[in-house]
Amino acid sequence: MSRHPIEVRGYRGPDPLPRLALFAAAGTAIALLAFAAKPLFGNSPAQRRRELEDDAPRRLSRERAGSPAFVGKSVLINRPRAELYDFWRDFELFPQFMENIRAVEVNGDVSTWTIAAPAGQTVTAEVEVVEDLRNERLAWKSTPQSQIETKGTIDFRDAPAGRGTYVDALIEYKPPGGAVGRAIADLFRREPHVQARHDLKRFKMLMEAGEVSTSWRTRRQS
Amino acid sequence: MRALTYHGTKDVRVDTVPDPEIINPRDAVIKITSTAICGSDLHLYDGVIPGTLNGDILGHEFMGEVVETGPKSTLKKGQRVVVPFTISCGKCYFCEKQQFSACDNANPAEKQDMTEQLYGHAVGGLFGYSHLTGGFSGGQAEYVRVPYSDVGPIVVPDHLDDDKVLFLSDILPTGWMAADNADIEEGDTVAVWGCGPVGLFCIQSALLMGADRVIAIDHYSRRLELARQAGAQVIDFKQTNVTEALMEMTGGIGPDAVIDAVGMESHGFSLGDQAQAFNLADTIKQKVGIGADRGGALREAIFACRKGGRLSMPGVYGGFVDKFPLGALMEKGIQIKSGQTHVQRYLNQLLRLIEEDKIDTTFMISHRLPLEEAPKGYKNFKDNQNDWTKVVLKPGV
Repeated sequence: MSRHPIEVRGYRGPDPLPRLALFAAAGTAIALLAFAAKPLFGNSPAQRRRELEDDAPRRLSRERAGSPAFVGKSVLINRPRAELYDFWRDFELFPQFMENIRAVEVNGDVSTWTIAAPAGQTVTAEVEVVEDLRNERLAWKSTPQSQIETKGTIDFRDAPAGRGTYVDALIEYKPPGGAVGRAIADLFRREPHVQARHDLKRFKMLMEAGEVSTSWRTRRQS
Repeated sequence: MRALTYHGTKDVRVDTVPDPEIINPRDAVIKITSTAICGSDLHLYDGVIPGTLNGDILGHEFMGEVVETGPKSTLKKGQRVVVPFTISCGKCYFCEKQQFSACDNANPAEKQDMTEQLYGHAVGGLFGYSHLTGGFSGGQAEYVRVPYSDVGPIVVPDHLDDDKVLFLSDILPTGWMAADNADIEEGDTVAVWGCGPVGLFCIQSALLMGADRVIAIDHYSRRLELARQAGAQVIDFKQTNVTEALMEMTGGIGPDAVIDAVGMESHGFSLGDQAQAFNLADTIKQKVGIGADRGGALREAIFACRKGGRLSMPGVYGGFVDKFPLGALMEKGIQIKSGQTHVQRYLNQLLRLIEEDKIDTTFMISHRLPLEEAPKGYKNFKDNQNDWTKVVLKPGV
């Protein structure tokens, strides 16, 4: 997999407002100041001078952090590898935990994903499996007919001492042109990592607890 | 149904709201027979917990009768159950380690961001305790939806009245875990700050676990009387310098274990002690909304604790404490244990102690009110703490 993201036009860097708003909600003026100062000092050129490559996933490198077109996330799930692979291999189950995916239709190695877009619109991605290592890895890539250009991999690794499975997801995408494309780009730009984080948490809930947690009190809320 | 809802700082009302329903397969719906106001509900009432929205149903201490079950619930209609205030899936790494309040899966994914930003990790799910802990509707209501009903609720025998078992939902296991976290050894002197219901259960638990003596600290005479009734010696911090008294009562050693059963809205800042003087600054900061927790009791506890002693913290904190005596903590080598209660870990053991009459769960109840009078209960529990020690609400009365 390439380490380089597909470029998103007009991207202006991660928006710091949600994080600041959280601290403000907690009324933490001091922490807020310290946090606001961090981007100014935390990423200085001096720190970029590297004497060794550390062992963190490369996608976390400060030089590329926040890139919205390249989402990577790892989650530890307290279930065996095979069970997680089997569930993920069945793309039609994606809507159970992926908030933006409305439906998936599978035809052999090619599947069509209907994805929710802003303002009630949907776009479709036509995707084919390009690598399938049983209980270890799945990789997919959009076909030339797809409205969205995307590719992704998911890896399953045993955690030590029976602690379950590390699930690593990497997804790249390039939105289409036109109004819909801009809306999608906007969606991804605002919440680049949030969606992946929430979706993987819901996947973990579904695998471990057998259901996706909700605090709704009535079915009408859904 | 009728339910006690939040409408802003010091404004709670009983409203008519839609009944809860089964949403997930492991859910149950409980018809509530008894529910209590917790000291930590007063933090919500005082508006110091962020993420509490207008219309939220409060209440996390409740019990009742099972009236509806999802296909994967193990409960049966008609069973009488007490429900833990912590919502736990029972299947994740934390639940399997019996760290139930740290459950990874109960707090809904979209609600986890707030505490992940504040604390580094998302906290677990709690009933009726702001959207930071999931935004779950609470139990100061006629009915409540209980997620993961196969893991949380404990079925209680009919011969035990509601008043005897209701506090299994929170304050009894919370007091018990606080004493458990103090790693009590035979011959220990344990000091407990705060003689509210949790402090009173800390006293009983510490003595059952082998403490030689418990010294309890408060300033309300009625609460100090209750502490004495539970078996403690007492110090009124308005009468006596607490740290001096604790040193003199332990031959200069200090208490072996100290328990902060007060938390983020500590009282007492006029006595000139270093620890309490800082509390005045905290109070001002809290009033103007810059989010510092008041830590008077906590500072005093660390100051008094013996070298190599243990600090247990059941009191609720939400943000940051200024002037935290980190030096005293390190130089004296004090161990800290804290956390929301792992209720499910202690339920069977505590139910047995209640049945054997080893723990008195009813002596701190001062008022029993119909649900409709819950706002009056909040107001008095807040403003009249000497006489209103514990309020139990009865829906449907």
